[in-house]
Amino acid sequence: MNYLYFLYIEFLAKHNIPQMFGDITFYVIPCCIIFVAILIVILALVLFERKLLGWFTQRKGPNRVGLWGILQTVADALKLLCKENVTPNGADKFIFNLAPILIFVPVLILLGLIPYSSEFTFMNFQTNLLIYVILATMPVLSILLAGWASNNKYSLIGAIRNVAQILAYELPVAFTVLSIIVLASSINLTQITLAQSSQLGVLGWFCFPCVIGFIIMFICFLAETNRCPFDLPEAESELIAGYNTEYSGMRFAMFYLSEYAMLFANSLLFSVLFLGGYLSPLGKYLSPMLFTGSLGGIMIYFEQAFWLLLKSFVVIFIMIWVRATLPRMASFDLLKFSWTILLPISILNLFIMVILKYFMMGGVYA
Amino acid sequence: MSKLKINLGPQHPSTHGVLRLILELEGEKILSCEPDVGYLHRGMEKIAEKLSYIQYLPMVDRMDYLAGFFYSELLCRTVEKAHNVELSARVRAIRVMLLELNRIASHLLWIGAFLMDLGATSPFFYAFREREQILQYFEKISGQRMMNNYFVFGGVRRDVFDLEDVESILNLLPQKVKDYERIITENPIFLQRTKGKGVLTPQVAINNGITGVNLRASGVDLDLRLKDNLYCGFYVQPVVLNGKDAWSRYKARILEIIESVSIAKQALEYLKKDEDLEQNLINPLSLKLPKGEYYSEIEAPRGIASIYVNSDGGLSPYRLKWRTGSYYAVNLLRKLLVGTYLNDAIAIAGSLDIILPEVDK
Repeated sequence: MNYLYFLYIEFLAKHNIPQMFGDITFYVIPCCIIFVAILIVILALVLFERKLLGWFTQRKGPNRVGLWGILQTVADALKLLCKENVTPNGADKFIFNLAPILIFVPVLILLGLIPYSSEFTFMNFQTNLLIYVILATMPVLSILLAGWASNNKYSLIGAIRNVAQILAYELPVAFTVLSIIVLASSINLTQITLAQSSQLGVLGWFCFPCVIGFIIMFICFLAETNRCPFDLPEAESELIAGYNTEYSGMRFAMFYLSEYAMLFANSLLFSVLFLGGYLSPLGKYLSPMLFTGSLGGIMIYFEQAFWLLLKSFVVIFIMIWVRATLPRMASFDLLKFSWTILLPISILNLFIMVILKYFMMGGVYA
Repeated sequence: MSKLKINLGPQHPSTHGVLRLILELEGEKILSCEPDVGYLHRGMEKIAEKLSYIQYLPMVDRMDYLAGFFYSELLCRTVEKAHNVELSARVRAIRVMLLELNRIASHLLWIGAFLMDLGATSPFFYAFREREQILQYFEKISGQRMMNNYFVFGGVRRDVFDLEDVESILNLLPQKVKDYERIITENPIFLQRTKGKGVLTPQVAINNGITGVNLRASGVDLDLRLKDNLYCGFYVQPVVLNGKDAWSRYKARILEIIESVSIAKQALEYLKKDEDLEQNLINPLSLKLPKGEYYSEIEAPRGIASIYVNSDGGLSPYRLKWRTGSYYAVNLLRKLLVGTYLNDAIAIAGSLDIILPEVDK
């Protein structure tokens, strides 16, 4: 961040603008840029999923709006904006309107905690990862509010299922995250990323020593983002649309987009924890070779962000692939699966990681 | 815990049309189930009393829009029986081929819809892809995709053509079914959701009038095609499984597609012979059935379908009654769903292959 900061101040000084202005605006501008960028990524993600699902099922996917359908989600969002917001009779109006707003806030904070490149994290706290794990459970509160306030039985069942699901899947996530913390000796996401860089290149990533945790975490993320085969809270063949049955228009869009934002945030975290974050899979960065001088210094940050995005999109691709293949799990099997299989294995994984860390002190993963 | 009464349908995404189930839940456990039918009632039986037989013929395809040929065949068969008309071998082969193709199309749709109920979206598109080819052939020969109105009293409207289309469909299907099996049959989540769910013992099935695949998947060997005069000369081997659960009902339908392919292939071999279509058409204009009662039955995709006609010798029947497989399956839900959980209930109801126009008539 410092490097960019000096560049910015230098740029302003050239145009005779006082440094105080630069100090204030420096933190605002990238936030705005990234906020817009994230919204675009989410819209792209929705299209990405629909296109892929189309190809998996031998269809073309959206292909009418814009070139190859790239404007489809924009058109859908515009349509939702124009729709009437219906509040059902007997609903708790205040909470009913509050829930879709509340659900978006923690998700945006989550996106701010991710180190996109070595110098670029919005909120680079020492305890990044801890804050992430805590905030990641917040959307379920809004879902519960939405389900409760809707005055609809399907919504309520969907919301209750979601709470049960999150309770069951948070613990394996916590134990897996602990094992990563043990490996990296840090709860800062940038430190965790750096801990994965070594002479071994790709082999230094935590998905290799912590392969059990890697699989557990992937399953738990599917459950946490309500993705197939764990999409019980919105099981359309059982509960119509689950907790958002009664929502329409932009309020529905908030739920829909926050779900994808959550998916994106989780896949980013997954890449940071297990796939080396912004580290280049080639072992060294390409931009110093491609660009000369100070430009190469800046481009390296973009390259890092590119690798992180690429990794997270690969993760999302696998999630969509899973969705295209598997049926939905039954709710009781799902809870049983978490409490009796995932949780013991994740605790075992933690022990293995502690032993590994102890014996390999001074080695690759030190 | 307090009881929750929810209303599944009639606009619910997984009740396959307009079935309404009133469920009483405790948590997600079902305490009682009350099916409410009749949202698609068109008065098919009462209308018949006002129409002549040829006027009624196009209507019967709508009895079950997924298996229209079977109901046309039933009405035609009743009239042919009353007039002692024998069908020529070629007409019989045409009818058998089309009936079996229709059965395949119906089962394919069921596979897609059932997996959709379980939350898997892809098999739906795969199954519809193959079904589409069959429907396109139907459209080619009859001008209609689903309500074909192709059988007439004493024969068929015209000879079939473009048999190479049928041949390519029939050659393609076994491979495609293998593909479905690879993605569905041994899938652990699918097994978890269907194995041992909705167990239907032979005794309960017989007592409730369950027929067709649902009965055969419970280990009872009852397939009317074996005794059917239409199928005389065709080699039919009924699929009988002993699993009694939702999974074996799925497996039985998969196997029945293969079986239907082999029957249709036999018919196709016969039709490939270059011979003229010889029909014994009955003049429909002043068609009357002699006074008396007539009954005929057939093995439709959703169980035994049968028709009862009581004629007073007039231009239209005095009384007409249909018996359809789904009607009994809906009634069975009352027993089968109690004590299960909500998501199992969807799987069980889906596995019985209920279609509402058949129930409501």
